[in-house]
Amino acid sequence: MADRKVDSETGVETTGHNWDGIEELNNPLPRWWLWTLYLCIIWGVGYSIAYPAWPMISGATTGVLGWSTRGNVAQDIKEHEGQNAELVAALVQTDMDTLSDNADLNRYAIARGGAVFRAQCSQCHGSGAAGATGYPNLLDNDWLWGGEIAQIAYTVRHGIRNDTDDDAHWSQMPAFGDQLEKDEIAATVEYVVSLSNTEFDAALAATGSELFAENCASCHGDAALGDQDQGAPNLADAIWLYGGDRESLTYTIVNARFGVMPAWGQRLSEEDVRAVSAYVHALGGGE
Amino acid sequence: MSSDTPPALYAPQEPIFPRKVKGFFRTFKWWIMAVTLGIYYLTPWLRWDRGPSLPDQAVLIDMANRRFYFFWIEIWSHEFYFVAGLLIMAGLGLFLFTSALGRVWCGYACPQTVWTDLFILVERWIEGDRNARVRLWNGKWTLRKWRLRLTKWIVWLFIAVATGGAWVFYFADAPTLLSNFLTFSAHPAAYLTIAILTATTFVFGGFMREQVCIYMCPWPRIQAAMMDPDTITVAYREWRGEDRKNSEAVKAGAPQGDCIDCMACVNVCPVGIDIRDGQQMECITCALCIDACDDVMARIGKPRGLIDYIALSDEEAERAGAAPKKLMSHILRARTMLYTAVWMLIGVGLVYALFVRSDIEMTVSPVRNPTYVLQSDGSIRNIYDVRLRNKLGEEREFHLSLTSDENLRIELGGRDNLLSFTAPADTTVLQRVYVTARPQDPAASLARTDLRLWVEDLGNEDKASQSTIFNGRESK
Repeated sequence: MADRKVDSETGVETTGHNWDGIEELNNPLPRWWLWTLYLCIIWGVGYSIAYPAWPMISGATTGVLGWSTRGNVAQDIKEHEGQNAELVAALVQTDMDTLSDNADLNRYAIARGGAVFRAQCSQCHGSGAAGATGYPNLLDNDWLWGGEIAQIAYTVRHGIRNDTDDDAHWSQMPAFGDQLEKDEIAATVEYVVSLSNTEFDAALAATGSELFAENCASCHGDAALGDQDQGAPNLADAIWLYGGDRESLTYTIVNARFGVMPAWGQRLSEEDVRAVSAYVHALGGGE
Repeated sequence: MSSDTPPALYAPQEPIFPRKVKGFFRTFKWWIMAVTLGIYYLTPWLRWDRGPSLPDQAVLIDMANRRFYFFWIEIWSHEFYFVAGLLIMAGLGLFLFTSALGRVWCGYACPQTVWTDLFILVERWIEGDRNARVRLWNGKWTLRKWRLRLTKWIVWLFIAVATGGAWVFYFADAPTLLSNFLTFSAHPAAYLTIAILTATTFVFGGFMREQVCIYMCPWPRIQAAMMDPDTITVAYREWRGEDRKNSEAVKAGAPQGDCIDCMACVNVCPVGIDIRDGQQMECITCALCIDACDDVMARIGKPRGLIDYIALSDEEAERAGAAPKKLMSHILRARTMLYTAVWMLIGVGLVYALFVRSDIEMTVSPVRNPTYVLQSDGSIRNIYDVRLRNKLGEEREFHLSLTSDENLRIELGGRDNLLSFTAPADTTVLQRVYVTARPQDPAASLARTDLRLWVEDLGNEDKASQSTIFNGRESK
């Protein structure tokens, strides 16, 4: 044993190291503390062999256990799909009209449909389903092709005015710019305005009324209430897909408008089509 | 610089063999051990009837369903502030006790102390008292030593398994979990938790002991901030004890103090220090040296209290031969009263919060995407997501209504024309609510209209309400 050097102030042994008269006290750590350090090193080596750890030029070492966060998520998803398998099977087989009678299945369908909607539908209809000019608002009670759950499901499945699905909804309004004179169009616009607005030119609207009966009533109906069988919008209500002011109406009558929607039956699974239909139906406007 | 081998930078653990001791504080500690261990092991087995759909375990932390049950109190996850409040109270309580009585928590109630005490009790029961244990430690590994050691370790292990086992019972139905555990069908997390807690109990109580207090626990280092000269701690009355019987001074003819150097205080110390060296970081104030010294003083006919609970501020008076101040005059001072006041303030607040909370709670979140929906007849509809918490142990039927200065109509999504719906026991129900203003109603064109949604429990007419806003056409 070396001769001990003891600090006179504290009575504690020093390490013998001396820097410009400053000496280092030796308050030794317990030996087991050192062992925990060695254990941690051993653990670290083992961990970096077992799990992804060392960065390489392309990616990191994968670890002998083959564990990855991505694989972990995939397994979680698989687990949940397994848990929901029964509900999915029931959803595919259920009669959509009576879906809401089964509270559990309905809740599942709406939750699943919400996820599908945000991923597939929100680009056009908006994340809150409020739509935009040319893209229908799905929260209100106005429907071009019907707001019952089965009708919504048909629209989702086959889409609107697309070439990929023979059963797609297809309606066509002529571009009246070629068929009517400018003043005739103005009169028709005035009549349409008069249906839902209190301020209009009565004489002009009366002229427009006759033109409407000749050119428009076959699809939009005599009272302009529309026809869901052929996707003709109700012109007497407060809701306008492309705008209800005179300028917008003039453009619509002159050029006609054709919104399109993909046939989601070709892109989504059966359960997703049904789920998203249930979700849209439950947004508030469903009939 | 020394030219020889440098001094050791790591210290081996010195074995400690605390001697058996009898006395007031030892008895008091036995009682505390019995009570605290009793609470810990037995609590999960207490039953409390909450009806058919809720668990009947009196104290249960139900992680899966995010519920905490404590007898008649049920706390949901959004009420976690109750737990936070209790933890703050526990912290302040620790401050209070430390500033008043030093490390009483460490010496009496800390699980490390309680389980170490229990393990030492087992050790003494199997291997004998201090001298026998020292002999056994120094002796060769004979058959007898193996037998004693193995017996001791097995008993320790049994206690350790029971400790880890009791812990998991707080998180699941105890009888079910026990039978699952015994038939090896419990969740792996239960086995893992028991294994980890068994290992920590076995190692900390059996082998690490004072090392945990000295090197692993942060509390001994923090508590110095809570102590001052009025804090009551375990100390040696050096002015009464010195010079000791075997000291050089006494041998040279100086008058002998009360300390006869019998080493009783050192031999009973569970952390292996000599209290006569003064206040030390290692001392957990377990007071066993007081019992040991009092016993010796009684035998040699001297007054008790050579080692005693005393305050530093009394030293001067005692040296001059005066009596120390009264215990309560040390304890009652601005610092402890402040801790008590804050502690009670939080406690009263929590109790108040506990009593004013109701069995039904409603939150209303207006759908703001979009702010309103124009209906085909020109009316304006706002959508609200109403979350209703039914905290009762039974299914209830609730009725929704609204009050407002303006004319507004309410509908429930998916309920046809009904304004009532059922909420199962102990659940949160999400209900979509539509509020509509007709085109001619002022609310349809106003930017904002105040309204209040009400929910009424049709069973007992309990009500809850929340105010919200209706957005009309002018809103942006």
